[in-house]
Order: sequence, then C-alpha cells, then structure tokens
Amino acid sequence: MTSLAPTVVTTNKSGLRSALAWVGSAAILFVLIALPFVLKSYHLGIATQILIFAILAMSVDVLAGFAGRTPLCHGAIFGTATYFVIYGVNTWGLPLPVAMMIGVAAATAVAAVFALLAVRVSGVYFLLLTLALGLVIWGICLRWSQVTGGENGLRGDLRTGALADPATFYALVLVISLCAFFAMRRFVNSPFGLTLRGIRDSESRMASMGYNVTLHVFLAFTISGFFAGVAGAIYAVFNNFVSPSAVALAQSVQGLLMAIVGGIGTLVGSFVGAAVIIILEQFVSAYTERWQMVLGIVFILIMLFAPEGIVGKSRTLWHRRK
Amino acid sequence: MINRRKLLKSTASISAVAASTVSFPAILRAQAAPIKIGLMAPLTGVLAAGGKELVEGFELWWERNGREIAGRKIEITVEDDASNPDTALQKARRLVEQTNVHFLVGNIVANTGLAVANYVKGNGVPYFIPVIAADDLTQRNRIPNVLRIAGYTGSQMTRPLADWSLKNGYKKVATVSQDYAYGHEMCGGFAQTFTEGGGQIVQQFWHPLNTADFSPYLGQLQGLGVDAIFGMETGADASRFLQQYANFGLKGKIPLISAMNVADQSVIRTLGDEPMDVVSCAMFCEGAQDEATKTFVGEYEKRYQKLPSVFGTTHFSGAMWLTQAITKIGGKVEDREALLKAVREVELKGSPLGPIVKLDPYGHPVYNVFIRKVAKREDGKKWNVPIATYPDVGQFWKYDPETYMKQPSYSRTFQGIKS
Repeated sequence: MTSLAPTVVTTNKSGLRSALAWVGSAAILFVLIALPFVLKSYHLGIATQILIFAILAMSVDVLAGFAGRTPLCHGAIFGTATYFVIYGVNTWGLPLPVAMMIGVAAATAVAAVFALLAVRVSGVYFLLLTLALGLVIWGICLRWSQVTGGENGLRGDLRTGALADPATFYALVLVISLCAFFAMRRFVNSPFGLTLRGIRDSESRMASMGYNVTLHVFLAFTISGFFAGVAGAIYAVFNNFVSPSAVALAQSVQGLLMAIVGGIGTLVGSFVGAAVIIILEQFVSAYTERWQMVLGIVFILIMLFAPEGIVGKSRTLWHRRK
Repeated sequence: MINRRKLLKSTASISAVAASTVSFPAILRAQAAPIKIGLMAPLTGVLAAGGKELVEGFELWWERNGREIAGRKIEITVEDDASNPDTALQKARRLVEQTNVHFLVGNIVANTGLAVANYVKGNGVPYFIPVIAADDLTQRNRIPNVLRIAGYTGSQMTRPLADWSLKNGYKKVATVSQDYAYGHEMCGGFAQTFTEGGGQIVQQFWHPLNTADFSPYLGQLQGLGVDAIFGMETGADASRFLQQYANFGLKGKIPLISAMNVADQSVIRTLGDEPMDVVSCAMFCEGAQDEATKTFVGEYEKRYQKLPSVFGTTHFSGAMWLTQAITKIGGKVEDREALLKAVREVELKGSPLGPIVKLDPYGHPVYNVFIRKVAKREDGKKWNVPIATYPDVGQFWKYDPETYMKQPSYSRTFQGIKS
C-alpha cells in the first residue's frame, strides 16, 4: 500500500510538508478546543455527537482499513455498551464510571465472541456473518423486553451535575476521543498493526511467513470492539436513553459509512466522515423532508469521485502536487 | 399543511412587523415576539402517513382560528422524527436549543415520545403528547412538564370495550396482538377488565411488528371456539390482518373486536368491505352526530379530501386546548409554570373529543368514550359510528389510582388476568 511510501522519502519538500501538516493539526486542535467558547449548546451537542461517532468510525476503520475485514456489527457492539451503562445505573444502582467500565467490558466481550465466530472467514462472508451477529444483538434488545424495555428502550438519568453542562461534557468527550485516536494510531502503526496490514494485503503470505493470522485478526477485532464500546458508553451519557435503534443495522452502517466517507485506512478520516455525515444530516433535514435522498446522492458522488474518501483523496492530491 | 417556505414567509412578515415597531418601548416589543411551537411528527419512515395527518390536524386548527393569540403570532416549526427515537431526540434538541421554541408537541411512536420526554425531564420544557400512549408517562413515571392533552393510553381504551363485550354476552375471547409495549398495554387493559368481570381469555397470540402472513394465527383462532376475537394491530399490520381475517372466512363467523387503531380511518379508508362491523373503542368517532364532530369532520374532509384519523383529530383538539390555555395566561408562554397550570386547568368544550374533556391530577384526560362500529355512510365511505357511550373514562377506569399503580406495567408476561 502506498501509505507507507511517503514517510520513507525524506526530501526538503516533504520536510516542509510535514511541517505544514503539524501546523494544520495544531490549528484543528485549537479549533476543537475553542468550540465551547463559540458555539451554543445545541451546536456543541452536535460537535459532541461527531466526536462520539468518530470513535465508532475509527474502531470500524481499524478492522476495515488495516486488517482488510469490513465489519457490519460495530453498531451492535457500540449499543451493547450503551445498554449496559444505562441498565447498570438504573437497575444495579452502580456509580456512572463503574457502569461505563462494565459497559465497555461487555462490549469487548461481545466483540471477542463475534471475533471467535468471524475470524474464519473474510471478504463478503465476513461482511454477512458480522451483519447476522449484529442482528442477533438487535433481536435480543427488541424481544427481551423485561430487561431491555423492548421497542421502548431504557431511559436513564445519567447526565447530572457537571456532565449536564454541554461545554464540560464536550471537553470530556474531546479528551477521550483524542486519547482513543492516539491509542488506535499507535496500535495500527505498531509492529502488530503492521502484521494486520500484511494480512490485509496477502493473508496467505503472512501465514506462510509463520504469523498466526487467525489470532491476529481475533485480537484486532476484539480491540476494535473495545473502542466501539467506549463510544457506546459515552453515547449512553450523551443521549440518556437507549432503544433498539442504537444496536440496529443502521447504526453499524452509519459507522462504516463515516469511515468510508472520511477515508478508509486513515483513522483521522473518521473525524471528517463523522463530521460530514452528521452536519449534512442536520443541515439538509432543516430544509427538506427528503434529506435522506440528498444524503444518498452525496454518498454516491463521493464513491464516484473520491472512492478513497475525503482524507484519502486530499492526501493523493497533496502528494501529486510535488 | 405548512411547508417550510410558508413558514419562512410568515417569519419574514413577523420580522417586518418587529422592525416597524422599533419605536415602541422595549416591553411592548417583547410582548409582540412570536409564540414558537415545535411540532414533531414522523414524516419519513414507517409512520410517515400518520405523521402527515398529525400535522394536517394541528394545522387545520390554526388555519381556522388564526395564527395569533393575545397579540402574539403563532410560529410553528415542524420537524421530522423519522419514527426513530435517536432522531426524535436530536430534533427535540434542535427545536429547544436552537429554534428556541416555547414548548414541544407531537410524535407518534411510543419510543420517540419516551426519548423526548426523558430529555424535557432534565430541562423543564413543556411537552404535550396527543398521541404518545405509553401508560407510564402519566402513571408510574410521570413527569410534571409532560401532559397528555387530548391524548389517550392503551389500557384506558380497551377497558370499556371489555365491559361492553361482557354485557354483549361474550364469555370467551382470544387476543391477537403486535408484540410490543403498546400492544401489551392495549391487550392488558382488555384482559384485566374482561377477566375481572367473569370473562375468560382463552389464549393470547403475540406476533412481531410487520407480520406479512397471519394464517398461522388465524388457523389456530378458528378452532378455539371463542365468542369473539380481540385484535390489536396498527398501520399496515392492521390492513393485512383485516384482509386476511376476511379471506380466511372468519369474518361474519366470529365477531372481531379491536383496538382503536384497527378501525382507524387511516386503515379502513384504504380497504374494501373487510373492516365492516368491526367494533372498537375510542374517544373519537368520526360518524358521531354531535355538532362539534360534524363540523370538524366536514372541514377536515373539505380541506384534505379524506375523513380524519386519530392522529389528525387529537392534534386538532390539542391545538384547541393549547389555544385556550395560552389565551388564559395572556400569551405569556415564557412562564412555564403558568403555562402548565393553565393547560392543566383547561376544560375543553366543543371539541371532536366530546362535550367536556379535562385532565386528571396525573396529566391524563378524562372524557366520554365511544364503543363504535364500522359502517357505511350514504356515499359509500366507511366510517365509525357510535353504538354505546361510556361517560368520564379516565386512565384508571374504576380502580383507585395509587392501588392501581402498585401493580406492574402491562407486558407480555403480565396481563392482569384474573383466573
């Protein structure tokens, strides 16, 4: 894959470029930090939501972009954490941080089980198997109404005290999402992450070189599920409410779309993808009832003209301008 | 129905008015600021048709009575909740935090309403729910700023029907219902009252939402030897159930009694003769002959070329209710306490919901309830006509509220059946 190549070339020009990249990153970070001082509570809520979904999209990207396995179950893993957090606080009377940890643990456990079942296959079979597994979770949430509240879902009372303030909550989510970003970036650039890219590019070669492909994919899946769980646990606090729509297929597709729109295999693209999709949804739906159609057309255009995603396309254009 | 362009236009004219009043003292200008209402309805998704009728009903009232109360313009912002609770929550946030509406109205699907109710619980924004029927919103988990004006609960509606069934000589009944909270509540109300009155629930069938084929249930129902079958389906499920009930040859053999949704205009106007003679129970009956109903039905039909459904009717009455309350407080909707108090104190007269409607101390309306039957009007259109009336039916029927709320909420496993 070409993504490794630019780091090898060390000309003056690329030095300039990386300096520019640093300045750009610093500017973006500054904007992210400044947002609470500029935006009103509603828009800050949107920004918070973007960050939460960026974590979900990144977790999808770890698998889809780096291990070459496109999952359609991360919405279900995400929602598992959401359900556990609200149930934990409501029914078990746990303090919120403990409930969130349990939520993330539950999501990771679900991901591990899914991984055990799904590591055997790849390609379209992987897509279908993870889709089916996600639907199992959805089915449980819908039908086990004594516990999950069925169609009506569960309502919580989680956003109290300091968390009720949109700026504080945003700041907290910003810190968590940046931590998640750096952790996942470290993960995919680690030697282990490199083996994942190897598996993506040629599974048989990696196997013949003595790597335990199954184990590596299993671990990547579980770790990616952990991050989806983190996003889901924050979402519980954000929305104060959970229903089967949080674990539905649409949620998984949403996460995947965000990763694709931003740029698969870029991680940072997930922030862009989440921002584009959520802002478009907000903006377009204010003007027309047919906002879903507009979104659909935008997706088609992106796939036609920038199949590598917004960040991917910008990178290509950037490197071409030497 | 207002579209967004019209809304923008009216906003423009309002700002023009505001500009021309610049010379007035600040306090007068503040008074003239519009009253902003956030109306949420599923305009896309499974309940889009119902959502459209909801907006139509709400809109008809303002068209008829002017968009101004106590010198303040009424500005309605419509948002699509997409029949999805996450979207509903998002849109409620937008209406409250960005559009700065003074209160929220609407939603159809229970989970969207529950999500929004949980949101306004935190910030105290008044929220009025003429369709959201989830029992506990005005019972075990009631929220002071959520009021069910012109609305109803599932279990409330089927209790008079159970009483009527007993008096009509039905002893053994089987129920067939959608398997979700609203269905559990509708069936629960029926099953509890029916069995407490000496009736027997032979069997209960629960089918998933969007069931295409009812023949497995109909086949079993046929052989049970029951006096009547109670059906609880909404939307497309109701249409399919009625069609298959007739196709299966059960129609005319076993009487069908049903939740109000099965015989609602939104369902029966799309069908042929299948829904004829179905008996249901509701606080509204489009074929009733009182003046208020006749006027409303006539105007609705003239405006939208169809008979009104429960969604349009409740939101028309809801708008009427709000108008009375806002007029009483002189348009000062910023004072939430005063607004909620005024809404609680309204005694609604001359609405299509009957001679007098008022809220009980729990924020739920008390009114006359009709047992109604699907019949044909002279022009061949099907509508519901009243065959009996139960006066002053509330959400607690004949039970003591506090004792009643100690029993669990209705679910698939708890139907209140007395053996």
